[in-house]
Amino acid sequence: MEKKIRVLVAKPGLDGHDRGAKIVARALRDAGMEVIYTGLHQTAEMVVETAIQEDVDVVGLSLLSGAHMTLFVDVARLIKKKGLDDVLIIGGGIIPEEDISKLHKEGIAGVFGPGTPCEDIIKFIKENVKR
Amino acid sequence: MKDIAKKVLSGDSRAIARLITLAENNDPSANDSMKDIHPHTGKAHVIGITGVMGSGKSTLIYELTRLYRKQGKTVGIIAIDPTSPFSGGALLGDRVRMMELTMDEGVFIRSMGTRGMLGGLASAVYDVVEILDASGKDVVIVETVGVGQAEVDIIKIADTTLVIIVPGLGDSIQTLKAGVMEIADIYVVNKADRAGVEQTVAEVESLVDITCSEKERKTPILSTIAKHGEGVKELIIEIENHEKYLKKTKEFETKRRLRYEAELIEIIRKRLMNFIFDEEQFKDKVELLIDQISKKQIDPHSAAEEILSKILK
Ligand SMILES: Nc1nc2c(ncn2[C@@H]2O[C@H](COP(=O)(O)OP(=O)(O)O)[C@@H](O)[C@H]2O)c(=O)[nH]1
Ligand SMILES: [Mg+2]
Repeated sequence: MEKKIRVLVAKPGLDGHDRGAKIVARALRDAGMEVIYTGLHQTAEMVVETAIQEDVDVVGLSLLSGAHMTLFVDVARLIKKKGLDDVLIIGGGIIPEEDISKLHKEGIAGVFGPGTPCEDIIKFIKENVKR
Repeated sequence: MKDIAKKVLSGDSRAIARLITLAENNDPSANDSMKDIHPHTGKAHVIGITGVMGSGKSTLIYELTRLYRKQGKTVGIIAIDPTSPFSGGALLGDRVRMMELTMDEGVFIRSMGTRGMLGGLASAVYDVVEILDASGKDVVIVETVGVGQAEVDIIKIADTTLVIIVPGLGDSIQTLKAGVMEIADIYVVNKADRAGVEQTVAEVESLVDITCSEKERKTPILSTIAKHGEGVKELIIEIENHEKYLKKTKEFETKRRLRYEAELIEIIRKRLMNFIFDEEQFKDKVELLIDQISKKQIDPHSAAEEILSKILK
């Protein structure tokens, strides 16, 4: 058996660039993971439907700022609603300290600020994947 | 029948996705379900699309799928990208071009890494085609990796193989000559909005004239602008024509037989390799033999014979 960690890297919302998401995507690939990259402007519904079809172990959301908190939460809630209990949700972006615990409560297990070394994200995923 | 197989047959996305994962991981628990669904396969028309990276395969698949959906047909898409031989990881980015199909219930898209297979396919692709077929998809489209090696394995699985060429890429015709040219059922010259289309079409035409002189069917050449959906309607008509041709002649059976042959070989190969390299009883023996080869105590052929003799008794 050759299990591989599959990660969906998504960039929900309307803001226009995905450099950060691409850098993380490449780093995860170099760490031996299969990274499904979907591009910009994903709605929460699209992120979750893609996660289902691709049967990913991890959903990684990239957002520019805390102003998009609701998108994080939308995705997390929809994942819960669909019963995807074994999916690990992580997110990155400029997120104010006080929002982080809120995100944790919503089921976003890992929250990474700008400048987080990719190794930290990789380590977090490897230690926390649920299956 | 297992629950997951039943759900696959009813078209349940979660079950389809999970069974694909099990098959990809060589999980033995996939075997029973694969057996259960097989009687329900064989109905989907399988289209293979090959061509160098950036030639517009994913974009074309998006446009083809949109048209098939308008005709009321359901579509399964398998998009294969290369797995890095060093890290074992892969960046699977074909969905970017197909984003607008995500919420369509009549479409199921799965991205796959090659996971060590050469020839443009992933080892589990036969299983994935069967799963999508059994789930009731009318059309299954397979996109090969497009790294420009001889990606000819696609004909082992596709009923209709499309070879995409783009103008201005000097080496694309060269690639065709290197063996890819024989595999096309239909040539598609994409990016027809670019300079040099006529010349590219002419070059392909001259190749077709050489290769098809003895066949009763001349391989059609179509120009498309996938980015704007142009020429896609005509392409679908040619795919239909090819399907009719296959069914009129004996070729359909020949193609399907080729697929089952390749599938059988792949299943045996995988299971045999797992048996030798994963089973506890063999693992240590294999390691020991490799050590012995390194120390010049035994040669590789004799070592292989020793392993095989244990299986073949
Ligand atoms: N000019 C032009 N560009 C196209 C056409 N079809 C696709 N493209 C572009 O070519 C690039 C690669 O397309 P993609 O579908 O990803 O190619 P693939 O790697 O073969 O799957 C994208 O930027 C497309 O927008 C076309 O007909 N004309
Ligand atoms: Mg592609």
